[in-house]
Amino acid sequence: MTNIAAAASPSAETAAALPTRLAKGFVGRLVIIIPYLWLLFFFLVPFIIVFKISLSQTAISMPPYTPVLDFSEGVSGFFAGFSALNFDNYTWLTQDALYFNAYVTSLIIAAISTLLTLIVGYPIAYGMARAPATVRPTLLMLVILPFWTSFLIRVYAWIGILKPEGLLNQVLLSLHLISQPLVILNTYTAIFIGIVYSYLPFMVLPLYSSLEKMDYSLIEAAQDLGCPPIGAFWKITFPLSLPGVIAGCLLVFIPAVGEFVIPDLLGGSQTLMIGKTLWNEFFANRDWPVSSAVAVILLLVLTVPIMFFQQAQARAQEQGK
Amino acid sequence: MKSLGSIRRDFAPWNDPNAKPYIQFDRVTKKFGDFTAVNNLSLTIFEREFFALLGASGCGKSTLLRMLAGFEEPTAGRILLDGQDLRGIPPYKRPVNMMFQSYALFPHMTVEKNIAFGLKQEGMPAPDIEKRVAEMLRLVKLEQFAKRKPHQLSGGQRQRVALARSVAKRPKVLLLDEPLGALDKKLREETQFELMDLQQELGLTFVVVTHDQEEAMTMADRIAIMDKGEVMQVATPAEIYEAPTSRFVAHFVGNVNLFEGRVAERTAGTTRITGATGAEILVDNGGDASAGADIVFAIRPEKIKVSSKKPADAVNALEGEVYDVAYLGDMTVYHVRLDDGQIVRASALNAARVSDDPLTWNDRAWVSFRPDAGVVLTR
Repeated sequence: MTNIAAAASPSAETAAALPTRLAKGFVGRLVIIIPYLWLLFFFLVPFIIVFKISLSQTAISMPPYTPVLDFSEGVSGFFAGFSALNFDNYTWLTQDALYFNAYVTSLIIAAISTLLTLIVGYPIAYGMARAPATVRPTLLMLVILPFWTSFLIRVYAWIGILKPEGLLNQVLLSLHLISQPLVILNTYTAIFIGIVYSYLPFMVLPLYSSLEKMDYSLIEAAQDLGCPPIGAFWKITFPLSLPGVIAGCLLVFIPAVGEFVIPDLLGGSQTLMIGKTLWNEFFANRDWPVSSAVAVILLLVLTVPIMFFQQAQARAQEQGK
Repeated sequence: MKSLGSIRRDFAPWNDPNAKPYIQFDRVTKKFGDFTAVNNLSLTIFEREFFALLGASGCGKSTLLRMLAGFEEPTAGRILLDGQDLRGIPPYKRPVNMMFQSYALFPHMTVEKNIAFGLKQEGMPAPDIEKRVAEMLRLVKLEQFAKRKPHQLSGGQRQRVALARSVAKRPKVLLLDEPLGALDKKLREETQFELMDLQQELGLTFVVVTHDQEEAMTMADRIAIMDKGEVMQVATPAEIYEAPTSRFVAHFVGNVNLFEGRVAERTAGTTRITGATGAEILVDNGGDASAGADIVFAIRPEKIKVSSKKPADAVNALEGEVYDVAYLGDMTVYHVRLDDGQIVRASALNAARVSDDPLTWNDRAWVSFRPDAGVVLTR
């Protein structure tokens, strides 16, 4: 009956559906356009500005670099400025080992911190996912709770805990576990502690979401087939939580590489990280072009893992899991 | 009861007093907090038996299965498998395998790897694993799907992978939790027979949990009807249907007419029942009901004949009016409202194309049945 009606008046139906479909298409496109516009104005445009600055030279002026792509002196001035652009700042980065060391140290520190965060975060996420469904929202709340206090204040508080006469040493000394205060503040250890502490929620949340939706009967099936619980974890639980592991690791690793506040407050002057180098270049040396070049390279270094992440995600989606 | 028994008539260890029980639930109780899922339950299952636990959801049948698999420990009582007490043995050390209701196939492994999983745990050498996996794939007719991942299979194929995986280790007992629950009707019927063939072929003991009475009736050697954590009756499908021992079982399996009444007189061959509203019924076998006892007389619709005149030879005949007629093709279902107000359901097989005694709405009609057609229930 419906079929016959639909077949009899196909044109009438399409005609009626057309305006709504157009509207739907328009709204659909609008929804996609908004994030693209956001990225355009708040990511691509600033990046182009930074890239542009990285090609110029320092100058004692306001702003402190030679003008680039500037039409204020006419078309000839534009071309003169354009021809003055060069990659000197990038060559400079390769000539001073400081920058290379800072990049490598940052990557290593970020990698170790990410691994530590994973080791600390996985049991937490696992415990949360296995907790009774009624308790889970509370546990989730507790993970997010630190965000309610300023990040800066929380990192600052660690100075009070880690310094030689700080809380940790006082407790250990009074328990006679140590005879000399431990030197933790202003070392790489303090940076690891700071990063693990600060970025733990970013690790726990994606891990939790991938562990929580896992069907527990898979573990039972593995055990039923003769696999002891620890084996079942490595053969079933862990492989199935890999998307969460990857997401969590990238969410920690990427910001940790460029981290400035934690190495500055907890790492002291001895530690070398690219975020600090960038800050020094920018505010202490007032060398905007070189610091811009440092920032551009940092961005490239970080884009690689992001691309890897996106690829992994696409692959996971293709697998339907 | 003369000829009620198993279809596989040669197989009836439960009637043999010397038969050794294979699985024994011995006064098993399982509590979850205040809730008693299984209450002081005893049950015996024999080797190579196809045993069904049938009941509504929440009756404790799945808990029973999970206790056998080792996922739950009984609060009290013992479970014996082949004489061995299973208490404290973890699931990964029990010689039983389970086919899960959700199939629980490992999504990151191919069909092949899923089936090989249990064999690898056993430490079976790789060439033997390969051989066994190939054999299992052939058994469930999935040879060309070996390299697929579970999400690339249909529901019926997934069900077969789950089955192959659970029998690959040749367990002593295969536990099946609603094995056909997720399949559509036609596939379910086909698979029922496949499961029965498989059980015969491998010579395994099957314990299947189901809420579908038709499924249990088709497949099982014996059925345990469960309610509120207790076993109401354990018997062959035919006995469950023809000789239920309680009102619950009679009601749970198939359709039934229940007459409330009292035993008026009881002699050697005949029990006379007076219905609550005056009707009188004569029955051959009064069961364990003594004279004066309040009982329920249960009779299946197909055992009741409906006619426009009182049959001359009928022992039991009650008069009423046709209240509803449903023509189902292969049979016709009549609802007759007796003169005392009770509604009786009777079904007649449409053996002839044209009925010589057509009955329709509001016709006067007689319902009649033989004295051995129903059972007297005291519970």
